[in-house]
Amino acid sequence: MTEIHKLSLKSAREALKKGEFQAVELTKSHLDAMEQNKGLNAYILETRDIAIKSATIADQNIKAGNARAMEGIPVAVKDLFCTKDVRTTACSQILGNFTPTYESTVTSKLWQTGAVMLGKTNMDEFAMGSSNLTSFYGPVQNPWKATGSDKILVPGGSSGGSAAAVTAYLAMGALGSDTGGSIRQPASYCGIVGMKPSYGRCSRYGMMAFSSSLDQAGVFTRDVTDASIMLEAIMGHDSKDSTCATLPVPALEKALNGDIKGMRIGIPKEYNMEGISPEISKLWQTGAKWLKEAGAEIVEISLPHSKYALPVYYIIAPAEASSNLSRYDGVRYGLRVPSENNSLDEMYELTRQKGFGAEVKRRIMIGTYVLSAGYYDAYYIKAQKVRNLIAEDFKNAFAKVDAILAPTAPSAAFAADIKIDDPVTMYLNDIFTIPASLAGLPCISVPAGLSNEGLPLGLQIIGNLFDESTVLKVAFKLEQAANFVGYKGK
Amino acid sequence: MSLTEKEIIKIARLARIGLSEDDKQVFVKELSNILKMVEQLQEVNTDNVQQLQSITNSSLPRRKDEVTDGNIAADIVKNAPMSEYNCFVVPKVVE
Repeated sequence: MTEIHKLSLKSAREALKKGEFQAVELTKSHLDAMEQNKGLNAYILETRDIAIKSATIADQNIKAGNARAMEGIPVAVKDLFCTKDVRTTACSQILGNFTPTYESTVTSKLWQTGAVMLGKTNMDEFAMGSSNLTSFYGPVQNPWKATGSDKILVPGGSSGGSAAAVTAYLAMGALGSDTGGSIRQPASYCGIVGMKPSYGRCSRYGMMAFSSSLDQAGVFTRDVTDASIMLEAIMGHDSKDSTCATLPVPALEKALNGDIKGMRIGIPKEYNMEGISPEISKLWQTGAKWLKEAGAEIVEISLPHSKYALPVYYIIAPAEASSNLSRYDGVRYGLRVPSENNSLDEMYELTRQKGFGAEVKRRIMIGTYVLSAGYYDAYYIKAQKVRNLIAEDFKNAFAKVDAILAPTAPSAAFAADIKIDDPVTMYLNDIFTIPASLAGLPCISVPAGLSNEGLPLGLQIIGNLFDESTVLKVAFKLEQAANFVGYKGK
Repeated sequence: MSLTEKEIIKIARLARIGLSEDDKQVFVKELSNILKMVEQLQEVNTDNVQQLQSITNSSLPRRKDEVTDGNIAADIVKNAPMSEYNCFVVPKVVE
């Protein structure tokens, strides 16, 4: 058995328990694969020693019959999550060699269930982007290529490194974060599963803040079952995050096998917008047909304020970012560019000029503007009101349906050398993922088919607030019907 | 709505981000484009609509006002570019 790193998380867990191979072997198999795939730039830091040490402990636990939920399973961590004594940068120059003295809640939950950390993954700087092109550590390559082409494609973003790592069998699962689509869109571009639970399900403690009312941790895996296992491990109340829900964690893995007969699945008519590619449209219809064949009833629904989701997001997210990122000032951590005149203000300006990349500066500037005196009501308050209307749309829809089916992204992965003069063009990538984020809803992207060029395309299931179980149940049926064959490797 | 170079300088100053001459021109164009996109919201009637500030909690949880951690000054300054006596060192601000 030479390719144990290509197993699913669930199969590997069973094989470990049966003693078919050791956790250390499984970890080494991943470390070798990482070595051979450095060109993807998925990892910006490999934690080999920590991995071997954790895997050794896992082997002892398995041997003693004390295996925990993810005992010995090698995973990757987006560099947005603080890991104690392991450099954490959010892929920004401004954090320099920041080395946290504490552990984020979601990563500590993973380690408590026995998971093994392989390393920290690349991402768009501070999770701002849909391409992974804004990372200080350089772009990530999508392992997939279009049929008959060598052109390098983006993995999507912002969690591009995590998505590429799981796709190329460099981790069995990976942590990501989703503010407006940063898990679902890269999952769709890479042909894997990406799930973001409801806002409040995972603690944000130790997750570097971008937009606090939207940020939520989530997972990448190669199938829906694995997503349910890993998500269950990271959810749950934490007194260190006041917005974290106090609800008990549902048994997600057990929820998968439920029937969807008689379930009502909504198709939002507003998502059938102009400019949506015909192959995405077709896949969406096919997805609805699959769910109908599995016994669900397909219902057309209306989410009338959908078209305002993008403008609402590009006011609220930058506004919150401008406030959250004010802490990077060259005083407490990371980069400091001293002022020749020994001026504090000039030191702030020089540090932030050098330390932040173009996209981050753009969003801080927009956020500062919409929060500034004289514009606050017209932009920020207005956006929060329209956000309420968008959340109401979903509330009304969920009075009639159990889940919603939608495309994940408007296209397949695009070329890494793309020239984009207008940032708004890039923002349009998140047009199908942003509305549910604004309403805080649980969503998943499931790989459902290939484009005409042979690239993966995902479909999205959106559920009612805190109803992760239904989302996974429907996703599982979709996965069975799609029978998608993942990246085969080199 | 289009922003002027003067407004860009003001915003950058508020955000404490230094600007090169080229940056100013680029930001005038890019930020104006973003503002044009978000201006669609003005067509939505939001009379009598409440602001949505939080998805999960109408009121934040409370706990007793007790010290739950502390004595970690060395940890806090550990990543500082300059520190002395467990304090952050900055250029002099008060004459």
